[in-house]
Amino acid sequence: MTPHMLEVRNLTKTFGGGRALFGGRRHMVTAVDRVSLALRPGETLAVVGESGSGKSTLARMLVGLEKPTAGEMMIAGRDADELRRQGPRAFGKIVQYVFQDPVASLNPRKTIGEILETPLRQLNRYDAEERRARMTELLDAVRMPADTLSRYPHEFSGGQAQRIAIARSLAAEAQILILDEPVSALDVSVQAQVLLLLQELKQSFGLSYLFISHDLAVVEAVSDRVAVMRSGRLVEEAPVDALFSNPQDPYTRQLISSAPKVHKR
Amino acid sequence: MTDSLMVVPAPKAGSQRVSSWKLLFHNRLASIGLCLLGMLVLVALLAPVLPLPDPNATAPAERLRPVLSEGHLLGTDQLGRDILSRLIWGSRVSMTVGFSATLVAAVIGSAIGLVSGYAGGRTDNLMMRGVDMLMAFPYILLALAIVAVLGPGLMNALYAIAVVNIPFFARNVRGVTLALSHAEFVDAARLSGKGHVSILATEILPNVLPVIVITMSTTAGWMILETAGLSFLGLGAQPPQADLGSMLGEGRAQLFTAPHVSVVPGVMIFLIVISLNVLGDGIRDVLDPRLRSGALLRPGPRTAVDPDRTVPKPGNADAVLDVQGLETGFTRNGHYSAAVKDVSLYLQPGECLGLIGESGSGKSVTALSIMGLVNSPPGIIRNGAVYLHGEDVLAMPETKLIACRGSRVAYIFQDPLTTLHPMHPIGRQVEEAIAAHQRLDRSSLRECSIALLERVGIPDAGERAKHFPHQLSGGQRQRVGIAMALANDPDVIIADEPTTALDVTVQAQILDLLRELQKERGMALLFITHDFGVVADICDRVAVMKDGEVVETGDTRGLLANPQHAYTKRLIACVPEIGQGKQFLEHVSALFRPENWP
Repeated sequence: MTPHMLEVRNLTKTFGGGRALFGGRRHMVTAVDRVSLALRPGETLAVVGESGSGKSTLARMLVGLEKPTAGEMMIAGRDADELRRQGPRAFGKIVQYVFQDPVASLNPRKTIGEILETPLRQLNRYDAEERRARMTELLDAVRMPADTLSRYPHEFSGGQAQRIAIARSLAAEAQILILDEPVSALDVSVQAQVLLLLQELKQSFGLSYLFISHDLAVVEAVSDRVAVMRSGRLVEEAPVDALFSNPQDPYTRQLISSAPKVHKR
Repeated sequence: MTDSLMVVPAPKAGSQRVSSWKLLFHNRLASIGLCLLGMLVLVALLAPVLPLPDPNATAPAERLRPVLSEGHLLGTDQLGRDILSRLIWGSRVSMTVGFSATLVAAVIGSAIGLVSGYAGGRTDNLMMRGVDMLMAFPYILLALAIVAVLGPGLMNALYAIAVVNIPFFARNVRGVTLALSHAEFVDAARLSGKGHVSILATEILPNVLPVIVITMSTTAGWMILETAGLSFLGLGAQPPQADLGSMLGEGRAQLFTAPHVSVVPGVMIFLIVISLNVLGDGIRDVLDPRLRSGALLRPGPRTAVDPDRTVPKPGNADAVLDVQGLETGFTRNGHYSAAVKDVSLYLQPGECLGLIGESGSGKSVTALSIMGLVNSPPGIIRNGAVYLHGEDVLAMPETKLIACRGSRVAYIFQDPLTTLHPMHPIGRQVEEAIAAHQRLDRSSLRECSIALLERVGIPDAGERAKHFPHQLSGGQRQRVGIAMALANDPDVIIADEPTTALDVTVQAQILDLLRELQKERGMALLFITHDFGVVADICDRVAVMKDGEVVETGDTRGLLANPQHAYTKRLIACVPEIGQGKQFLEHVSALFRPENWP
């Protein structure tokens, strides 16, 4: 068994291609191009890039929502193809995903209770009583009141909805969380609170994070290592201090200098 | 460390939830339809217990009695059968067949639509082409063909009508399912361990249900009409069984001697179908989220202004734009709530004022109120004045206000993809912005627009002007938006989060461009944003908004270095900055300890 939680080698994903109905060749886009990464236990690895850099596609492959075109993927020491053959449960028990838009990731016609119950029932096979107890614990962990369970998603603000979405991903009791821009849709003060919550949960639940973001300041605050992506490729990977103090790639340098600063130095 | 975050209070439930039934009864036509339909269904259901004569008992001696004759309220037909009795029993048959056909078509059609929309690809293609084939036949011809194969009879008519209507359900449901199957909550359900069948049945179906109900309510009337049509042609109910269509068909021969024999079932068909249609329209209005959100309300050309508003005096003589005591609010369900309260701002020529706040702080409403662009209804400006070079914009006549928009005050919006027209080349859109205020011939219009595009940094502008918005990158689209705002040399530009949708590297370029243009043309810029970094980059002064009020204003550098108001302090402390590293979280966790709350 490898000491890595996640390990990908030369992972590639292309969209389109192939032949159209009348013989024409379809336009092909390479969203992720031979990316190799590893996530160590208990670590936060940030993946940084601008829109179209392929960071979300990479994340979707890691949770099994997209199938890689080529490359190897090991999840908690197990081969991803093997997991995929075992059906949707196998992936969900090991890796969970937190979406960018918390409101869109909650079914508008279900109560929070029904939403939280699904992973507990489907992935962990808890009975009704265990589920109820677990749901209260989870809401407590993300600092939401207990009467949340009987409410509908539209009754919550963005920050509250993101807490609920985080609670759902914790419900699966997976060890790895893929956070896809979890705070970029939130106001700054809410963003700070959610970041803080994520940090606490990581310690208390012993999680490993893959943190996807375009905001370098946020990344510097939460991550241990940073990988920079551009047009589907990994351009630089380094520990967080090294990357910010001494960026190697010109693109990384450009990203750091473009970030707006409140206090000019 | 567990108590470092406060429990977030959940919003109050109940008051905001307006039940669909209540909304339906609010619609007078729909409630009339519902009552009428309810009565008709009730009478049809009660047919076996009502004291009615046998609908099939013939009495040749009493044939063709007129309406209101003794013992026969609605008269008798050509065989002396009681028309009232036949009418009630016939409605029962017609409605049963019509509603059952609706149900059958809804179940089969929705199942096809759900599977084909969810599966996509080849399955979708195959199923939809089958549905297309069904749709290619004129529906009555198809129904006739089906009945011709199966033989006449009520059940066969039901099948025929159901089959004919399957495409309506399949296509509507497929469209909605297609959009939903890529929704994030469906992905989330997949990660929660749900299989395909479970996702379709418990995640997607509840969201598609309104569409199914809408389609059912709008097609049920048609189906009853089609049942009557087939029976009229002798292909549905077989004699002596009564059914509205067959009654109409049998009465046709006596149309001139005894018109009531055919008029009575005709009126009945009319009543059933009209009540269903009116009710169906009402149900659609209630369930369709687009209509529910008020798409049917047509906003006026300018925001309504309360005639009794207080009009404060201008505060700064040399300001280009001077907003004094502005209060804008919205009226929803009869309740007024203010979104902007007593906001005062001014802009000197050539100055950049930042308006910063979190979502819901009223910064966009403030910006839109300045040129009367808040939709009315539901918006209304209750108090205050907006002075543009000393003249109150809110008191201007409509034509003058509209002439000021774009020529003296121009807007740049957040998402250039939604503000640019997708079907016109960008060059033409810039030309249009110029032509709205200046009379120029075609060639000089084109020259002007290309010069503007060049100025905002679009390379090879002459060629690029022929491109459509979707062919440009987000940054280039925003440059086009800026070119359109510049088209008539306005004194004031109001930019509402112009860089929020852009990547950081592009954002830096757009901010540089705006700063440069502002210096070059001496425009005043009102810059609305939620990002303190952007404010520090471009603004001379800044106003901080919270819950519709300006809590603090001041010189940017001074305010950022030394904020006075507790809210501003907290907000600035929450912005992570490069160089802070891990200290940021420690810093924030201290900030959110309960004892540090204001």
